Amino acid sequence: MNEHANPLCAALLAGAVLALGGAAAAETRILNVSYDPTREFYRDYNQLFATWWQEQGHEPVAIEQSHGGSGAQARAVIDGLGAQVVTLALASDIDAIAARSDDLSPDWQAALPHNSAPYTSTIVFLVRAGNPKGIRDWGDLTAKGVQVVTPNPKTSGGARWNFLAAWAWALRGNGGDEEAARSYMAELFAHVPVLDTGARGATTTFAQRGVGDVLLAWENEAFLALEELGPDRFDIVVPSVSILAEPPVALMPGNQGSEEQRAASQAYLEHLYSPAAQALAARHYYRAWDTSAAAAEDLARFPDLELVTIAEFGGWAEAQPRFFGDGGIFDQIYEE
Amino acid sequence: MSGSALASASAAITEPRPWRLLLTLSAVALAALLLLAPIAAVFAEALREGPLTALRSLGAPDAVSAILLTLGIALVAVPVNAAAGIAAAWAIAKFDFRGKAALVTLIDLPFSVSPVVAGLALVLLYGANGLFGGWLAAHELKIVFALPGILLATLFITFPFVARELIPVMVEQGRAEEEAALTLGASGWHMFRTVTLPNIRWALLYGVLLCNARAMGEFGAVAVVSGKIRGQTTTMPIMIEMLYNEYLSVAAFSMAALLAVLALVTLALKSLLEWRHAGLLAATRRH
Repeated sequence: MNEHANPLCAALLAGAVLALGGAAAAETRILNVSYDPTREFYRDYNQLFATWWQEQGHEPVAIEQSHGGSGAQARAVIDGLGAQVVTLALASDIDAIAARSDDLSPDWQAALPHNSAPYTSTIVFLVRAGNPKGIRDWGDLTAKGVQVVTPNPKTSGGARWNFLAAWAWALRGNGGDEEAARSYMAELFAHVPVLDTGARGATTTFAQRGVGDVLLAWENEAFLALEELGPDRFDIVVPSVSILAEPPVALMPGNQGSEEQRAASQAYLEHLYSPAAQALAARHYYRAWDTSAAAAEDLARFPDLELVTIAEFGGWAEAQPRFFGDGGIFDQIYEE
Repeated sequence: MSGSALASASAAITEPRPWRLLLTLSAVALAALLLLAPIAAVFAEALREGPLTALRSLGAPDAVSAILLTLGIALVAVPVNAAAGIAAAWAIAKFDFRGKAALVTLIDLPFSVSPVVAGLALVLLYGANGLFGGWLAAHELKIVFALPGILLATLFITFPFVARELIPVMVEQGRAEEEAALTLGASGWHMFRTVTLPNIRWALLYGVLLCNARAMGEFGAVAVVSGKIRGQTTTMPIMIEMLYNEYLSVAAFSMAALLAVLALVTLALKSLLEWRHAGLLAATRRH
């Protein structure tokens, strides 16, 4: 047995070393540390960018992807995951990186247009086909017997947008009465059977494991679930009020090994604003700023609705500690 | 006396036939339901779109690199832990020293610590803000979110498997045979090869097989330190979760089926060894 095993082992080991070392050596690498629902968009964008970058007369670039819950990904970057660019779900996750490392300046968000958010989205409801529980707006989520699926706001960026969208609706309906908004939120979370760590996990829980009646989801994630899992199984319900979700991007200056790498990373982020990339974002169900190159049928899918912005909450710098910090409003509500 | 013992023994197995049948059937049904059904479901899902689609998904570059990474990690982790296990079992069985009980407990630590804690401990030590983080960064060394971290996590989790199998066997055998060999003029290495190794080989093989199965299958600790970079730091179990989350069910379950096949091969090897060497095993293994 030994005579046979040895060459086989050697071959496998050599193969593993080649596979691991080969990709690292050849070309400029960019590691994009992103959040869950962007997998499909960045798969396409990475190709678009790599081709475009080479057409500009540069050395080829290899882009690596890492996906997970936005908060967890920020944590990994803080702990040393060597990202050249981060593309996370909300500004406060990148703020957290800036606060805990010297690399990133606190005003990173001014580096790129539109608060460094190349695409936006909003929060909608995904319900089971035919909408059997008759869910039309935020108020219906707390009806008797309705189960709501949303991930944990502590670890998921999408969940924080969900939370603030619901809060904005409750505040409006009650003439700005915070106590009423609090009691609505407490009731809403009493209808949540399970808190996943990330948006994709919550979608899987709802769509594939069949838990719950309504999923609070990124608009792009809801459309994607329809596309991947069958339009006949779910319906999208657009509430009367939601929030303009701005997932921002940032360059990590401390993780650029060479000038070439820095230039490629910078271009990688800037090119997200090009008409071609914006059209790609629209195709992947993100709301784009520049629709000049986007297909008309892609744009027609986005319904008009009233969108509040994070500025109404005083920006993430204020909203993050107040709502989601240790002992913040979410903690107070969830403990009840 | 022996007569009455025999009578009571035969009374014990002369329960009514339907009872015996029922007990046997329920044991078989339970095993099928709890163990066989999930594995069958994995294979059914993998082959849902035909064996070609399943094989093609395993041939994708990211999948190939995950498979090679997992095999590579096991190829390093298993021999290292086999050597460490032999050394630890040797020390515990053949020598007397203070703190022996503490060493035995320490070897068991990975069994009692949750894998996620093991992973986080590595981040605490080697992460950018960890104990050695500054030094590692200054020397451009990467441990967590890179291969060394994955290897360290796997080594930690699989550390006890070989030692745990060897310790009882070696304690049982004592040191008389080795002492005799030494008295007859054998060198240390010669004694180990001709006396110790033949005595422990079945326990050693058994430990190595278990260690290998766990090294390939470990998820929790590795997930914490992997960084989940596609094609770079994704092992097979992490790739399975990733593919599933990307709605690529067939690819996810094909990978899962391959991992199950690797585990089943391990299991089959183990059974084959037990079956072929039942007598020897009974003589050397007592637990």
